[in-house]
Amino acid sequence: MTERRLWSWLAVVLGGLYFLLPLVGMVDFSMRMQRDGYSFEAYRVVLADPQFQQTFGYSVVLALLTIVLGILIVVPTAYFVRLRFPGLRPIVEFLTLLPLVIPPIVIVFGYIRIYNTSSVLPLTGSWWGTNLLLLFGYATLSLPYMYRSVDTGLRTIDIGSLTEAAQSLGAGWARILAVVILPNVFVSILSGAFLTFAIVIGEYVFAALLNVGSFGPYMVWMGGNRAYEPSALAVVAFAITWACMGLIQLFTRFSKFSTVRR
Amino acid sequence: MAFLDILRLEKSFGAHRVVKDFNLNIEKGEFISFLGPSGCGKTTVLRMVAGFETPTSGAICIDGRDVSGLAANRRNIGMVFQAYALFPNLTVEQNVGFGLRIKGEGKADIRTRVGEMLEMVGLPNLGERYPFQLSGGQQQRVALARALAIRPQVLLLDEPLSALDAKIRTSLREEIRRIQRELGITTIFVTHDQEEALSMSDRVVVMHQGIADQVGTPFEIYNRPATRFVAQFVGTLNLLDASLLDAAAGRVGLGDLPVALNRKLPGRAGDRVSLALRPETVALGRKGEGSVVLPGHIAEVHFLGSVIRIRVAVAGQFVSLDTFNQPDRPPPSVGTPVEVSISDRDLLVLAA
Repeated sequence: MTERRLWSWLAVVLGGLYFLLPLVGMVDFSMRMQRDGYSFEAYRVVLADPQFQQTFGYSVVLALLTIVLGILIVVPTAYFVRLRFPGLRPIVEFLTLLPLVIPPIVIVFGYIRIYNTSSVLPLTGSWWGTNLLLLFGYATLSLPYMYRSVDTGLRTIDIGSLTEAAQSLGAGWARILAVVILPNVFVSILSGAFLTFAIVIGEYVFAALLNVGSFGPYMVWMGGNRAYEPSALAVVAFAITWACMGLIQLFTRFSKFSTVRR
Repeated sequence: MAFLDILRLEKSFGAHRVVKDFNLNIEKGEFISFLGPSGCGKTTVLRMVAGFETPTSGAICIDGRDVSGLAANRRNIGMVFQAYALFPNLTVEQNVGFGLRIKGEGKADIRTRVGEMLEMVGLPNLGERYPFQLSGGQQQRVALARALAIRPQVLLLDEPLSALDAKIRTSLREEIRRIQRELGITTIFVTHDQEEALSMSDRVVVMHQGIADQVGTPFEIYNRPATRFVAQFVGTLNLLDASLLDAAAGRVGLGDLPVALNRKLPGRAGDRVSLALRPETVALGRKGEGSVVLPGHIAEVHFLGSVIRIRVAVAGQFVSLDTFNQPDRPPPSVGTPVEVSISDRDLLVLAA
């Protein structure tokens, strides 16, 4: 083995250890709840907790709604910006990046200030209003990922020609978007959707400050009150995120008419 | 009134006028080609007919009805694109049936029509495939079938052969013409390839800087070009600088060499003119009556296989001529003094 190769391996091993050791430690700790050896007791306790089921279920529903809202906002916007207003692209890209620049706590404080019970639109005063606010907030948070995914997908197809071909065959805008554009950027939308799912599932700031019982605050509460269960919960959260990433890869690779194989 | 009338069509993008006072009448079933270099406005006219661009002024009438204000999806015009534009997520059958589904036709009717169309373009067994599983030529056939499936009033072809290799291009252009004749569909074909335009069309529109320079049959366009641009753009052309010696007697001066054309010429003595002649109208050696004979010497010889292109230096300028290859007669060597003959009828005089 040459010296250069040795250094390369050393760098890979050190990097791997840096990332993997804490995970191994966490998994190890989460399985030591019973004193007589390794067990999945902490996982059993967590998964059997009605509060876990309730908060996790709530966050899943909210994540799915966020994905739908994100698709409805982002796909037509990205499509028309590319097709009709290419000059606006840098501006729209900048706007979609803002949620990464402005901390969520600033956004949620803004929401509370504008939509509090003594405002013109007192959304925080009702259950529906608060949930709606949370949904809009999450759609904003997911904007950078969703927009980028969809925009990248649109770049791989000739939307100008496809749109004109569909128009010449009699299709209107709604049909073009639903039948021609959406299926062709489906894999990209899924990438954005899985990222959105992963973000919403673990989100804490919005949920805590709007006082909503979602999975993020539950994890924090668990972390403050139990020993082994938070580690089990963290492993579960990691598993969900990795599953999302795995699904992105899976759909990209095995899509029937994927651009990857073209 | 013709089937498709384009009247005083203008299009500007900002201050740039892309199409200027474009007029054309196309009869039902006619095959028209728009020929011109990039940026001459041919595709813009086509896109205005399709409804993808709005004219700045003018009108487009199909079958007596002004469609200028009509959206593209309501014009019933079939279009084939250079980049095929097949829907990647749909199979060949679904692509061809796309327009029929939008029209709300029944499933059985769609299946029958799609079958007919795929049969017509010679791809009856590829209905289940996706576009990415087809070659470029096959994709363009599917695109043609898709455009024709909706029974359009007019078929527009926007450089459909440009992305294909030479052999497929030739076979597909013959097939497009055959299908067009079979269906009797009014067709506009945009191309920058003169061979395509001349070989396929009933009439050719040669476009230059947003203007239709000449509209005519391929024979007229090639043999009687109306402008210097048409003469230069269509086919290979020898252009020789000359001066008018006697307009009434039809005498011009090619350097120090007087040339008698024996016909009345426009202009006045002393005017600068260009003599235009096709390589195939020039012959080596002295020919019969009515020929203009010019002395010179061989400057270059290009062996092209069946044809030999020879450049002869005449009065300080060059004339290219084509001769057929004859295995028992090798081409003349460079520097050999020769005479070239041109029929005075084939010599076109264009304003310089």
